[in-house]
Amino acid sequence: MAILKCYKKQEPVSWRGSCFIFIVALVVSLTISAFLLLLQGKPVLAAMIALFQGAFGSLWAVQDCLAKAVPIFLCSLGVGLCFQLQIWNLGAEGQFAFGAIGATGVALAFPQWPAYALLPAMFGAAALLGAFWGALPALLKLRLRVNEIIVTLMFNYIAIFFLDFLVYGAWKDPASFGFPMTPTFSDTAIVGMIGDSQINWGVFICLIAGIVVAVFSRYTRLGYELKASGQNIRAAHYAGLPYNRLVFLVMVVSGGLAGWAGCLEASATINRLQPSIMAGYGYTAIVVAWLARLNPLIIAIAAFLLAGLRVGVENLQLDMQIPAAFGNIMEGLILLTVLAGGFFENYRIGRPRRLS
Amino acid sequence: MNSDVLIALLAAAVQSGTPILYATLGEIITEKSGILNLGVEGIMMVGALSAFLVAQISGNPVAGLLAGGMCGALLAGLHGMVCMVFLGNQVVSGLALTILGTGLANYLGTPYVGQKAAGFYAVALPGLSRLPVVGAIFFNHDPLIYLSYILPLLVWLFFRYTRWGLGMRAAGEYPAAAAAAGLNVRVYRWWGVLLGGMLMGFGGAYLSLAYTHLWTNGLTAGRGWIAVALVIFTFWRPARAVFGAYLFGGVMAFQLRLQASGTTLPSSLLLMLPYALTILVLVFSCWRLKGSDAPAALGINDEPAE
Repeated sequence: MAILKCYKKQEPVSWRGSCFIFIVALVVSLTISAFLLLLQGKPVLAAMIALFQGAFGSLWAVQDCLAKAVPIFLCSLGVGLCFQLQIWNLGAEGQFAFGAIGATGVALAFPQWPAYALLPAMFGAAALLGAFWGALPALLKLRLRVNEIIVTLMFNYIAIFFLDFLVYGAWKDPASFGFPMTPTFSDTAIVGMIGDSQINWGVFICLIAGIVVAVFSRYTRLGYELKASGQNIRAAHYAGLPYNRLVFLVMVVSGGLAGWAGCLEASATINRLQPSIMAGYGYTAIVVAWLARLNPLIIAIAAFLLAGLRVGVENLQLDMQIPAAFGNIMEGLILLTVLAGGFFENYRIGRPRRLS
Repeated sequence: MNSDVLIALLAAAVQSGTPILYATLGEIITEKSGILNLGVEGIMMVGALSAFLVAQISGNPVAGLLAGGMCGALLAGLHGMVCMVFLGNQVVSGLALTILGTGLANYLGTPYVGQKAAGFYAVALPGLSRLPVVGAIFFNHDPLIYLSYILPLLVWLFFRYTRWGLGMRAAGEYPAAAAAAGLNVRVYRWWGVLLGGMLMGFGGAYLSLAYTHLWTNGLTAGRGWIAVALVIFTFWRPARAVFGAYLFGGVMAFQLRLQASGTTLPSSLLLMLPYALTILVLVFSCWRLKGSDAPAALGINDEPAE
């Protein structure tokens, strides 16, 4: 006989309660990570300080976080839209790759074009190829009811190998001493930095994209239908909501946004295409989109924090030889604990009420 | 292609299909009980590393295998906890498990990259290995492969003829009815998750103990996801898992041989093959869904009443 039982709460907890649960979840995952550091004989306190300082301890570090938050934000904005509709798009990584490929293709083909023509063409090609790579799984799902989780994941592997194929083959720079990389982009193909900071103009693209998505989901009819369909797919069908069109739309938009992230990464951050461009931003974006409960503003904050985790872990790797996979462990733990913490938002635990 | 090369290729297909077979069977058991576990990739990684470490320390590959299975079950237990105790979303929890598992294995395994451990090696089965063609393809392997021949049969018998198997299926098909009939749905689902996790751990252990014999980060290379796809392809039937796993093993082995033969085809396009095949196979199985044994309550949490 259970002494305690759980009951569904009549109303979900307030945002303060949510924050509290989130912080508890964060503390739990940090504690487990600390234990893992201890397991490898690393000084825990010093490591945690190095992690934090490496991420947010200096202006340079914060700029680095912001620069890394840009691709994560763009990817998770789209992934968040898909999740709202209960479409499990795990393919941001591959859509990102195809965006980078599209942008590079244009940049290498027309290096002499002026920036005002070349950059829009690059962003257009990136969005087009990213959207294409998102549209295929959507079509497979809608036409043949093929599970999108696995298709989008497999598409990631295929996209990354395709990128490798290009940079090891047709696009390889003849002057790179055999390294798999394209030639450096011409000056007009590079998205510049803001002033003399480390942050590129992509931040503004994020800002605009974020506002557009927020306005879309809050003030437009289609945005409302998106939310309604996500709540209950069957009811959406009965109500005559355009579920299929919505699925296609969110996958295309999500692919396009991830494509832009790939374009920015190639153009602004590394100025060429090379395999190291695939840093797993698309996977981090999934974590961010879920943590942020699909709200663009919170996505921005979560993207910045998880970018900080990446920067901090890089610092740990340099300072204390802690493998970079430590960041993945923390990402996974945070996601798991927050997921488990969600229980306390919807349920309360109490003594079983006796039936009279 | 002469027949010797073909036989060698088919034998290699069996070998590289075996880890996928273990993982697919594990996922079938888990999904039959009603829980969707997308953490296979992470569980296999952890299974591979723990098996490798224990085998290296103890010098005993059997101890390594058991450790791999146990750690696989442990990680799957985390998924069970998030889904069944805290009622978290099964898809997200599985994803988190994959991120966590690959992270853990790569983090703890980094100091051991390139090192060797005691492992399983081929033992020709007396008598059977002498058979023409079949002997060379199926009966000249390591003991874990022989074990994997019996396993699908056991899983099939379990679901078909035992009370426990029936209860587990009921928990996955219609938990409310199962509960009304007096079955403890939670207990059956827990067993499904843990047993399945153990088999996924075995699959990982196979990779480090019998396939590569040494540790490298990212050892599983998407095999866990292929297993998830194969469960759909096999219509949740253990016998068909054998066919699916060897099909993928065949493509992987073929791709490796082609690369080794010094072909002019770029290796990145060859490496794409298994992943592209996964999509093809999925499209094929969704196209004719007749005969599928998909559990009706898959992925739906058993939520408490008001």
